[in-house]
Amino acid sequence: MFNIVEKRQWYFLFSALIIIPGIVAMVYSTVNYGSPVRLGIDFTGGTLMELHFDQTVQPADVRRVLAEQGFPGSTVQTTADEQTILIRAKPMTPEEKGDVMAALEDEFGAMEELRFESVGPAIGAEVTRAATWAVLTAAFLIIAYIVLAFRKVPNAFRYGVCAVIAMIHDLLVAVGLFSIACLALGWEADALFLTAILTVVGFSVQDTIVVFDRIRENIPKRRGEPYETIVNRSLLETIHRSLATQLNAIFVLIALLLFGGATMKQFVAVLLVGLLSGTYSSIFNAVPLLVVWETKKLSGSPKPKEAAA
Amino acid sequence: MRTRNVVMFAAILVLTAIVVYISLPADLGVHVGPIQWDFAIRQGLDLQGGLQVLLEADLPPGEELEPGSLGVAAQIIESRVNALGVVEPLVQTQGDRRIIVELPGVEDPDQAIATIKETGLLEFIDAGDRFLQPGSIVQTTYPHYWSEGARTHTVEPGSITGTLPISPTGPVIDDEVFATILAGSHLKNAAVQRDQQTNEFMIAFELNDEGTKYFADYTAKNVGKYASIVLDKEVISSPVVKSAIPDGQGVIQGDFTLEEAQKLVVQLRYGALPVPLRVETTRTVGPTLGQDSVRRSIRAGTVGLIIVLLFMLIYYRLPGLMADLALILYGLLNLAVYKAGWPILLIISLFMILSYFIDRKDAWPLLLGGLLLLGTFGLATAGFTGVTLTLPAITGFILSTGMAVDANILVFERMKEEIRAGKKVSAAIEAGFSRAWPSIRDSNISTLITCGILFFFGSTFGAGAVRGFAVTLALGVILNIFTAITVTRTLMRLMYDWLGEKLDPKGFLLGA
Repeated sequence: MFNIVEKRQWYFLFSALIIIPGIVAMVYSTVNYGSPVRLGIDFTGGTLMELHFDQTVQPADVRRVLAEQGFPGSTVQTTADEQTILIRAKPMTPEEKGDVMAALEDEFGAMEELRFESVGPAIGAEVTRAATWAVLTAAFLIIAYIVLAFRKVPNAFRYGVCAVIAMIHDLLVAVGLFSIACLALGWEADALFLTAILTVVGFSVQDTIVVFDRIRENIPKRRGEPYETIVNRSLLETIHRSLATQLNAIFVLIALLLFGGATMKQFVAVLLVGLLSGTYSSIFNAVPLLVVWETKKLSGSPKPKEAAA
Repeated sequence: MRTRNVVMFAAILVLTAIVVYISLPADLGVHVGPIQWDFAIRQGLDLQGGLQVLLEADLPPGEELEPGSLGVAAQIIESRVNALGVVEPLVQTQGDRRIIVELPGVEDPDQAIATIKETGLLEFIDAGDRFLQPGSIVQTTYPHYWSEGARTHTVEPGSITGTLPISPTGPVIDDEVFATILAGSHLKNAAVQRDQQTNEFMIAFELNDEGTKYFADYTAKNVGKYASIVLDKEVISSPVVKSAIPDGQGVIQGDFTLEEAQKLVVQLRYGALPVPLRVETTRTVGPTLGQDSVRRSIRAGTVGLIIVLLFMLIYYRLPGLMADLALILYGLLNLAVYKAGWPILLIISLFMILSYFIDRKDAWPLLLGGLLLLGTFGLATAGFTGVTLTLPAITGFILSTGMAVDANILVFERMKEEIRAGKKVSAAIEAGFSRAWPSIRDSNISTLITCGILFFFGSTFGAGAVRGFAVTLALGVILNIFTAITVTRTLMRLMYDWLGEKLDPKGFLLGA
């Protein structure tokens, strides 16, 4: 029987290699900008506008016009092509917007308004509050659910803790990589980012539960087998399902990433990373951790007993 | 055994016919006798382009709004929005200080915002002997007043255009232009009073100096005539001048209920909007971006779906084919629910309950069908007639098709194990479905928990987009349990009936 659990120290190392840079980015971002990921206007309030001009424009020129209209320090970048620009500024009233648009039209000629969003700071604060509640409620409900699902298993507490660790692992991977993308690519967290994170949390636990379910089923059936072997067997029995399921979700997400609309790319990317991490963590973190807890050994025993199949 | 499967299969075919009919892009609807049922895909603002504005009472934080005033403001905004000619506008109060306005497909968002925000025009007009029914739409001489020489005069019928609401609540008076006697700015105060003798409610008002002069001039010469009150060119009341009013203090009598009188007072006092409002949040999406997104999402969804179908077919062979058929039905079912709402859910819940009585093997279809039936009643009372599709909603649906095969994968893996353990094919099929159930249940519950939290979070204003994702993902989970289990199981049994034990347990078709 192929032994997965045996090489567990390497899996933990691999996770660490992904997570540590993310944590560094989150710390750096918190120190410099006050939050682990760059927060978009949904949370901070502000204006986001995307304009398509009939001619090519220089972001620097647009920035100057904005400053003249009372919006100094706005961020301006080109998006799809040299003619489309994305502006981030503080909140704008309809009157201020009218002035800005008129000034831009004077300077650069005709344009089309692709989208305009302006969120008042009070609303932003409200969304942030709701988001905090959502995360706390999610964590609480999911832990409660795991406790409930495993109440009849010996050492139920362990399963709960390991599932939660795997969940935190996925959170750190997704948020950490997003934080790096914020620093490197200028991504911003919006309400959809939080949606993606909460979805990842739900899926992460789901994967872990399927493997744990099988361990729960196998323990009474295979009395006398060492715990490590039972766990490994359960893992092998469910790995087809885990991989097949995740593969389908991943196909779909990749299709969305490649062919879907530009506005949803970041959302889909976070989902994809989170899902990959969720599959990995349930197979290579949550389950090996159970074994570490049972055997008190971080690395695998050299030759686990082979059970007659 | 055979009859049972054939009955189930026939029921599935009927269901498929229904959802295909509803999913047809032609949106034929159902029009049989008293049943008038139309359905169509509803596109959110981010898909068809449009404007969403959040207005907030512009009062110091702590200061309370007058009860009901926000509702009146929303009504007034709604009538103005109607005048813009927007199809399916949405105006809703949110909490006690906010109003949400959504205008899909509006062409000039800036103009729309200006129209929403304007204070509105209140006028007293000289209707002469003509009784103007409340709700009538009129044209006035404003900004020229009666006291300055403006007179009510007849015009060529049909010459009134421009500011007309698309769906006026009353008749449009298009043959007369009425002289403005006073405007809202002349009004100093208004209050509800009760007549001591008749016990009727009436409205006492007080005018400023200019208003007093204008009104004194007019009433002196027009006792017995109608002086209608008009808001944004819509008649709200048509009182008769009973006597000259020289001192700027008058009462308006009518068959008012207390509520009507209070509403009129609010309108008199504050012009149109009973509360000052400021624009707190604006979101506009140009139609180009939206249409581009729709096209891309459809393409991405199609590619994703084809890959999933191929994967299941190649990896699981014959059972995979059954799962693929179920998955296609799943997609159509989702589409049908988006378009038609709760009736589809009702059909499915009844189907599941029925399948228990035909089958009588596991208790959970009865339980699930019952729960879904309860949920459907809840949704029906809440007026759930479909899902408005936004980009996050479409993403939720596409993701759910990727996840939808999970239940079948769990079943098929179990089935293969049972076959490898030496079970007969028929027994393996049954065992696969029965034994995979706890895992399917557990994994779906955790997704539903997440959806619930997302829905709750998405109900705050700024995160509205989140709700669409939560709704389609949750719907996907529910419909998936039905197609992946009830439908796939029926198809598998039917396949077994047809091929029988000719199916080699270790052969290519089952892929064990």
